[in-house]
Amino acid sequence: MAELTLQTRRMPASRRAGWIVLHVVIILGAMAMFFPFLWTIITSISPGMGLTVTPALIPENPSLEAYARLFAERPFGRVILNSLGLAAATTIVQLVTSTTAGYAFSRLPFKGRGVVFAIYLATMMIPLQVLIVPLFVELKTFGLLNTYLGALLPTFASAFGIFLLRQAINQVPRELDEAATLDGAGHFRIFFSVVIPNIRPALATLTVFAFMGSWNSFLWPLVVLRKPELQTLPIALAGLQGQYTTEWDIIMAGSVVSILPMLALYIFAQKYVIQGVASSGIK
Amino acid sequence: MNRKLLASVGMLGIAALALTGCATPAADSGPVTITYTNFISNDGNEENLQTIVDAFEEENPDITVEVTTLPYADYGTALQTDLAAGTVSDVFDIEYSNYAAYQANGVLAPLEVANVDAYRQSLIEAYSTDGTSYALPSSFSDVVLYYNADLFDAAGLDYPTNDWTWEDEKAAAEAITDQAAGVWGDHQPISFYEYYKVLAQNGGQFLNDDKTAVAFNTPEGLEAAEWLVNKSGTVMPTIEQGQGTPDFDTNLFKDGKLGMLHTGIWVFGAVADVPFNWDIAVEPGNTDQASAVFSNAVGVSATSEHIDAATKWAEFLTSSDTMVQARLDSGWELPPISDEAQLATYLDKGAPANRQAVFDSLDGIALPPVVAEGQTEMQDIIGEELVEAQAGRKTVQEALDSAEERINAVIGG
Amino acid sequence: MSVSTVQTSILDRSKPPELTAPVRRNRTRYALTVLAFLLPSAIPLTLFVLGPMVAAAWVSLQKWNLISPMQFVGLGNYEKLLTDPVTADVFLHTVYYIAGYLPLVYFGGLALALALNTALKGRSFLRGVYFLPVVTSWIVVALVWRWLLNPSNGIVNTVLAFFGIDGPGWWSDPAWAMPSIIIASAWKDLGFVMVILLAGLQAINPDMYDAAKVDGAGWWRRLISVTLPLLSPSTFFVLVISLINGFQVFDQVYAMTAGGPNGASTVVVQQIYDLTFRYGAAGEASALSWILFIVILAITLIQVRGQRRWVNYG
Repeated sequence: MAELTLQTRRMPASRRAGWIVLHVVIILGAMAMFFPFLWTIITSISPGMGLTVTPALIPENPSLEAYARLFAERPFGRVILNSLGLAAATTIVQLVTSTTAGYAFSRLPFKGRGVVFAIYLATMMIPLQVLIVPLFVELKTFGLLNTYLGALLPTFASAFGIFLLRQAINQVPRELDEAATLDGAGHFRIFFSVVIPNIRPALATLTVFAFMGSWNSFLWPLVVLRKPELQTLPIALAGLQGQYTTEWDIIMAGSVVSILPMLALYIFAQKYVIQGVASSGIK
Repeated sequence: MNRKLLASVGMLGIAALALTGCATPAADSGPVTITYTNFISNDGNEENLQTIVDAFEEENPDITVEVTTLPYADYGTALQTDLAAGTVSDVFDIEYSNYAAYQANGVLAPLEVANVDAYRQSLIEAYSTDGTSYALPSSFSDVVLYYNADLFDAAGLDYPTNDWTWEDEKAAAEAITDQAAGVWGDHQPISFYEYYKVLAQNGGQFLNDDKTAVAFNTPEGLEAAEWLVNKSGTVMPTIEQGQGTPDFDTNLFKDGKLGMLHTGIWVFGAVADVPFNWDIAVEPGNTDQASAVFSNAVGVSATSEHIDAATKWAEFLTSSDTMVQARLDSGWELPPISDEAQLATYLDKGAPANRQAVFDSLDGIALPPVVAEGQTEMQDIIGEELVEAQAGRKTVQEALDSAEERINAVIGG
Repeated sequence: MSVSTVQTSILDRSKPPELTAPVRRNRTRYALTVLAFLLPSAIPLTLFVLGPMVAAAWVSLQKWNLISPMQFVGLGNYEKLLTDPVTADVFLHTVYYIAGYLPLVYFGGLALALALNTALKGRSFLRGVYFLPVVTSWIVVALVWRWLLNPSNGIVNTVLAFFGIDGPGWWSDPAWAMPSIIIASAWKDLGFVMVILLAGLQAINPDMYDAAKVDGAGWWRRLISVTLPLLSPSTFFVLVISLINGFQVFDQVYAMTAGGPNGASTVVVQQIYDLTFRYGAAGEASALSWILFIVILAITLIQVRGQRRWVNYG
């Protein structure tokens, strides 16, 4: 921070004005970004308020009742564990499948590589809604309905992650590979000791998105995991809405519970990115 | 026409095949496990359902019921997937609006009901085709007129009664509305479920007798649509003012700023503690009295291997004393039974005072129009067109013309 | 000469090399290396995405309501869709969405990433705040935006009225429904683009800036000649992904307008969902998905072809 003030002091007046404007804009923007979340929290601690057209910013009878009921009436502890487990497994497997495939598409030329890459990308281009039924029939044949594995298998590789890491690996200077090759390193050595340390920001980004994708995924877990003890968070949250009526305070409490772990993961990942870059020694 | 006939014959053939293929239920000897997928217990009634399951298993030690509960909003998606993959449960929940399609496609097994008289006649008939039951009603709710008695007093008006007509409702709504104070006289959603009902209240019908075309584009149909649409902006808030957003109407009523509210009896709990006097009445009609009834039902899968055991469970779930007790004790919708004496305790369960109106409404039921193909599209189209008229982008007549053309294209085959 | 070019020539069939034993062994080893890197992703993608896609192609040739047996109709579903004006409408609405959404979210996300990559006080916290909408559910976000853009008493129209402007009907007006969705979506996804571009910015070697500074380049010059070219792989990624996702936009439309008023904001995937699970026309839905697929594929291929002109890899 000392460095920062030094920097500002050294600036000419016009630059300093720009610096202040930037801060003001960023902070105003941040408030606008924060507002819906604030509203979610306020509704979650206003029992029986319902969801009004105009949000009340001061809760009338603040209470944590909704949170207590959330965990008392439903196996939310179990539900959260299910979601955490599935998201962690998805993330770890996707990190492996995405870095290896990203490396192949960036560093291992072979005939027809462009076509293979296009096919990979193509898997993102059809809406999940029409794949659900064929996928369900397929997993039924494998006998994997109502199993964690059945929920996980289709998430093991993601074209999004592969593409993200291929781009990141493309950004790693090839001179580094060449230097390693001269030292006698093969592809596996280059992959582990040159590429991986240099794509940490991208790995952290993928961690966040892979985790988030699994954490929020709805349609597939809904149809494949029917047993109550296998249920995941988004399905349990959807279960809080009735056929005719909805208790918004509980829904919002559920939303807060589902947002916080993601936010924590993101903040953690960001710190890791900055440290990672600072300590990787190539900069 | 011919093609349609052929199609239905083909459909029947398929249904027959599906049935004969499974008509030999493994003689239910020894213990069996049946599966039941439901949405009715979701959101707070899981334990009440378990009570019914426990009682059933005690009475039938050879049968175990495995329950899966899904959120209402996504139940349809999951059920469709199961039907496509052939993994549907032995017993599953359905709604009245889907009944015709499932029945016509041979999804539902015909049921031999041990005690038909246990059910309220209008409800069990809604789920039978050509004299055979293909599903059993599990509960019902109806729509009534809620009113804020304090606002009626302030305007010097008499409270609504079961004999009210549209005329009376309109006069009261206009007297109560005070837009400057943000007080509105009336609220009725502009939707399929309201329109088919007001149409019946006006002596019209939605579909022609053989269900191949709509029959609402008539003077009665126009009057009914105008009755709904013209409330908006006069005695009811407009879309811009928030009408149509979730819980808007209930919140307005709870804030004491709404004179009358057309909604289901499921809101009793939500408005129980308001700081003003309120009660309910049978919804006013015009030429006829007609109330909307929403019912859920359970069907037995035509492909079930334990149709007998499944039917037994379906019947227990929908007509046993345990079920009646569990539902009445917890206020979990109304049981579909015929014995009104058993329902007597419901009348003394607190506000609103005139709970009798819930049963009086059943004297004139308007069931939603159903078609075997294109049900959801039909509902979407009429809702969309009426909202166009409400927003003033079309006249009511133009909206009905357009709805007639579009719906006929969907259901006419 | 880099390792990879050597291997390219090994695999290049146009000039078959005289294979000596060690070369053949090397070639097998190289092929095995490629397989080792590719199979972990290729197996699940083939089994659980490509397989079901082929199945969906088969379904697209059937009349099927998911309940009764399929009926083969050949290209009937495609014919029906291509002559139905609703198909053109839903594609137009989708393109309208992308045309509005993409510039907003890209330039907004870039500005945010640049601002939050500077030595701003509390930037970790600010990044977290800007990421909040990304993880907030569309149910909540849609409600907030419907409230902000409320035609009669929303904040936006109130502010406009203060400046003497008569605000539009936003989501209640067919002409303004899509712009309302675009604004809300761009707002929600800013954080997503920011995160990806930030990762790209962090990967840029600071020495590059120092060199430019020594040359006397100002902030703007450094942005144009150092940052943007070095960021181009991330930019390319954002553009390709945003287009692929943009064509499949659904959640926000469903939550904000449900496709209304009167179908004015119905997009392709909403139509696909309705056809599959609500209207009992799974065959038509699959056909529409394949039409959508071909459109997205064509656009992505054009982007991939075009990237050589502007994307700068290390």
